[in-house]
Amino acid sequence: MDIYQEEILDHYRHPRNSGSVENPDIIQTERNSSCGDELIFSFKLADGKVAEVMFTGEGCAISQAAASMLTEDITGQAITKAKQLTPDDVIDLLGIELGPTRLKCALLPVQAITKALADK
Amino acid sequence: MNNPLSPISLQQDFPFLKSGVHFLDNASTSQRPQVVIDAITDYYTNYNANVHRGIYSWSEQASEAYEATREAVREFIGASSVEEIIFTSGTTHSLNLAARLLGQDLEKDDEIIVSTIEHHSNLVPWQLVAKDRQAKLVFLDTNEDEKIDPQTLRSLITKKTKILSITHTSNVTGYTLPVRELSDIAHEFNIIVVVDAAQGAPHQPINVQDLGADMLAFSGHKLCGPTGVGVLYGQRDLLNRLEPVYGGGSMIDKVTLERSTWAALPAKHEPGTPNIAGVIGLGTAIKYLQNIGLDAIHARVDELYNELWQGIQSAEGVTSFGPKDRAARTSIVSFTVAGVHAHDVASILDESQVAVRAGHHCAQPLLQKWGVPSTTRASLYFYNTSEDITALLNGIKKAQQLLT
Ligand SMILES: Cc1ncc(COP(=O)(O)O)c(C=O)c1O
Repeated sequence: MDIYQEEILDHYRHPRNSGSVENPDIIQTERNSSCGDELIFSFKLADGKVAEVMFTGEGCAISQAAASMLTEDITGQAITKAKQLTPDDVIDLLGIELGPTRLKCALLPVQAITKALADK
Repeated sequence: MNNPLSPISLQQDFPFLKSGVHFLDNASTSQRPQVVIDAITDYYTNYNANVHRGIYSWSEQASEAYEATREAVREFIGASSVEEIIFTSGTTHSLNLAARLLGQDLEKDDEIIVSTIEHHSNLVPWQLVAKDRQAKLVFLDTNEDEKIDPQTLRSLITKKTKILSITHTSNVTGYTLPVRELSDIAHEFNIIVVVDAAQGAPHQPINVQDLGADMLAFSGHKLCGPTGVGVLYGQRDLLNRLEPVYGGGSMIDKVTLERSTWAALPAKHEPGTPNIAGVIGLGTAIKYLQNIGLDAIHARVDELYNELWQGIQSAEGVTSFGPKDRAARTSIVSFTVAGVHAHDVASILDESQVAVRAGHHCAQPLLQKWGVPSTTRASLYFYNTSEDITALLNGIKKAQQLLT
């Protein structure tokens, strides 16, 4: 199946929550060592929830779209829930099948988010 | 047409190419011709036995085939004796072995020179050894033209410089270094020269004497041989003098509980049961290449490279990296496409059955210098065709249409 679905392209071209939050509670950088891509997530937490989350950094269409979709998904979510994001969640959001190499691209934002929230 | 080879008939030798793939990832690994696959199967099917051990005929047949490859490799790289040919699992293993062997001679504050365009496998082993021996790494950088100037080497050499380890040809740009000029300078100062020929050996005749290499490494799988087999050439006096770094079966002469003495070369540096099938396959691959002719292979690839080079240079929104001097390079081009990530370029090419590599190509320091996290790399071998290049260039356009 073609991985460049319209929705993915839309998130890639117009990423949601692109940038950095003001006075962040957490900043988390995550690197994909196979391609050198880096995503930086910043979070504002309040009342046990993810009040705000934004991201910057270079990446391919898959990692950018995944980051964009995930930030939409977890905004307003309980931290206890958001920190339990799994690879399946991002695959569901993207709605495509990925080989092992491209899967790493999709998982980059998942790792950033779960690491950032791990001890919150 | 002064085409020395017919790629169409050569393609028939490679079962995988019949799938219709436009295989442009040859710097990563080449394809295997049927004769190599058959040689491996023949060993496992008809004379599967360990080497140098059994007194029975199959073991002797296996030992003969194994040692015949050693002779083929000796001739392939112009070594003076089969004692100088050590089989390894590949270039990475060879370079680690070279570093460990030569590390024995290093004293605190001694210096090892490597270039700034090395594959990680000709950098990290030296980092490890330098740390171990409290030695120092010194970096031979490129000039503005992105080429290595032998005079730069001269300026780096001190009384402490003991080793120069350089690639023959860059796996990122296909740039071939002036190895002979570099080794001549190094030898003026009794510096030992190690050459990473992983990309050089598949593409042109390699001769360790002409290059002035005291040690030289290459892999089987990049020159039509199997994976998991490679070679470390070492100048005989050097291999004789240095202690083995791996111990075990086959490499010993006499063993007592307290100590051992070593077997003669090359066994001294080749412990344990080797990759017998791999070595036999490598021998077949070398013969296959020699039948075509290394000069003919070089000429064919260079002719195709003209097309690739011009196609990439004239493609809009495409930037290539490395020396601008076309004549200094061959077979490989690394590029970025404005607005399209290298992974996306490769994924979209994959949809058109074009296989390329995307990433840092195991040369992160070089990409850091260029200020890009990743590039897309296309690399040729003699069985590629103009159609492969056209498919690449069309795929790049498709990626631009989709993502920019
Ligand atoms: C220049 C260079 N050196 C070393 C290597 C390592 O070779 P191997 O992975 O076969 O050990 C490669 C191949 O990836 C290479 O291109």
